[in-house]
Amino acid sequence: MTVEIEVDSVSKHFGQVTALDDFSAVVKSGEVTCVLGDNGAGKSTLIKILSGVFPPDEGEVRVDGKKVRFMSPRDALKQGIGTVYQDLAMIPLMSVWRNFFLGTEPTRGVVPFRNLNTSWAKQTVVDEMGKMGIHIRDPEQRVGTLSGGERQSLAIARAVYFGARALILDEPTAALGVKQAGVVLRYIVMAKRRGLAVIFITHNPNHAYPVGDHFVILKRAQVEGDFRKEELSLDRLMQMMAGGEDLSNLVEELEQLATETGEADLAAAAHGIKDEVEGLHRLEGTDHRDETSA
Amino acid sequence: MTEESAATVAGDEREARRSVFKRALSRPEFGSLVGAIAVLTFFSWRADTFLTARGLANVLDPSATLGIMAVAVGLLMIGGEFDLSAGVMVGATATMFALLTADAGLNIWLAMAISLAFAVLIGLFNGFMVLKTRLPSFIVTLGTLFMILGANVGLTRLITDTVIVSGVGNVPGFDFPFKIFAANPVGQFRITVVWWIVMTALATWVLLRTSFGNWIFGVGGDAQAARSVGVPVAFTKLMLFVYVSVSAWLVGMMNTFRLASASVSTGIGQEFEFIIAAVIGGCLLTGGYGSAIGAAIGALIFGMVRQGIVLSGWDSDWFFLFLGVMLLIAALINQIVRKKAEEARS
Repeated sequence: MTVEIEVDSVSKHFGQVTALDDFSAVVKSGEVTCVLGDNGAGKSTLIKILSGVFPPDEGEVRVDGKKVRFMSPRDALKQGIGTVYQDLAMIPLMSVWRNFFLGTEPTRGVVPFRNLNTSWAKQTVVDEMGKMGIHIRDPEQRVGTLSGGERQSLAIARAVYFGARALILDEPTAALGVKQAGVVLRYIVMAKRRGLAVIFITHNPNHAYPVGDHFVILKRAQVEGDFRKEELSLDRLMQMMAGGEDLSNLVEELEQLATETGEADLAAAAHGIKDEVEGLHRLEGTDHRDETSA
Repeated sequence: MTEESAATVAGDEREARRSVFKRALSRPEFGSLVGAIAVLTFFSWRADTFLTARGLANVLDPSATLGIMAVAVGLLMIGGEFDLSAGVMVGATATMFALLTADAGLNIWLAMAISLAFAVLIGLFNGFMVLKTRLPSFIVTLGTLFMILGANVGLTRLITDTVIVSGVGNVPGFDFPFKIFAANPVGQFRITVVWWIVMTALATWVLLRTSFGNWIFGVGGDAQAARSVGVPVAFTKLMLFVYVSVSAWLVGMMNTFRLASASVSTGIGQEFEFIIAAVIGGCLLTGGYGSAIGAAIGALIFGMVRQGIVLSGWDSDWFFLFLGVMLLIAALINQIVRKKAEEARS
């Protein structure tokens, strides 16, 4: 059941563009590894390498110490790496249990009379979701009528049920409101407690920090930082993510330009940005304190 | 305290009762069942002869062949595709069979097998064209419709100088297949009704109780998502197209054995009747939702209205007015159902 995935100096290029440059990280069972980064930082390239969509150009991926080279997502799942994409691959008009088993239906009987084991399938869905603390009232309910958080959790439960030891979650909270994001975050913690290795891809430090054990920050295709939770405060994580350093540089440049040209507007703009950055940090810091106390 | 708990219990019961009602409502064929009962009641009241054995036989007779096609077209629609060539395929398989056996003198069973193989081929052709070109099946099968219609009329005229192939009744070995496809085993009721019931039951079983049925819902609901979880999308759609063509062949055989002749004009324009019956039965035009029983009930409503109008002593032209109204109501209900089923409850 336990698994250790080592990503060792992995790079991927698309023509002239380097999408991922010398990425290394270790992902372990019973841990949530958060990969944080802005759009275009290389998160989706990393997901695609780990989930078997394409192999890396350089470097290697090792699962339990053995080098692997996935040729397809099915290949990756055979090694126990399941990916839950943002679009979920769920069909809204189909019921919960039909969605859960779509493509891998449980059957009984011999060929001309082989039919779906519906009662078993329904019970299994209810049980699997129950293990993760989500009560499904009616497995015949259509997925379209589930809340966003429940739908995400169902997709995760499906990946786990079909053999995932390591879970890659691609922005699972991005499209969700605060309450629904909470449902998914709780589910992530439950998955970790069950001994799964969770790779949580997100751009939101407020969602990553409370559940993460290990944080990898991606910026412009490179690893900007790799921290254990003990080494990192939310404020520091926030600052790295909000591009705090970039903005400080911008403020400096604007101030310099203002003194050179003597334009009052520019100086005011620089001040405005400075205030906003500080205000943002204060605001997000308080938000977080509220969340942890609740 | 006691008051409060009593209120909760009452609330729970109301909840339970509502959920049973809601469950019935959420069945795709629910609307068509209500419609069928309404139409039956209305015409039984309007025409005394409607509820007699003869009246019912006259209702079930056209419903049966229409129903066999509506169920097949309904399954294809749930799978997210249309087949506009289904109507002319009824006529084309029939004339092909009649030409081969009555005109060219081929063994009756061999002629049946060849026309069946032709149906399978056309189904595969429709499916491959839709899958390979990624054009809407509406357009692809519209093309097939005219190709088949043109070739059928042209060839039949070339060979026989007419558009009707007769003399099938004189072919040796006619009697046994006649019993299978066209006899009246019980009074005025045709054996086609049995075929209709069996085909509907079979389609329902496949749709709701087999892996293939689950794939049909999947490819119609979201082909991309279905593919990503390992559903053989192309295979599923191909089989559905073949099923529709083979059903057209079956109905073609029923017509030919019954009339002992085949006409090239059979089935022209009926492709829309199949689709309308399926929509009345709760199949969504956009795919992913519907039922085989619903499509069969849709065909039954068709038969009842058609016969009821005649028995009520009205001009049969009114049939189309009735049909149009039914179709609009059904489409509106389906839209509401879809919205309800898809809307996120957060």
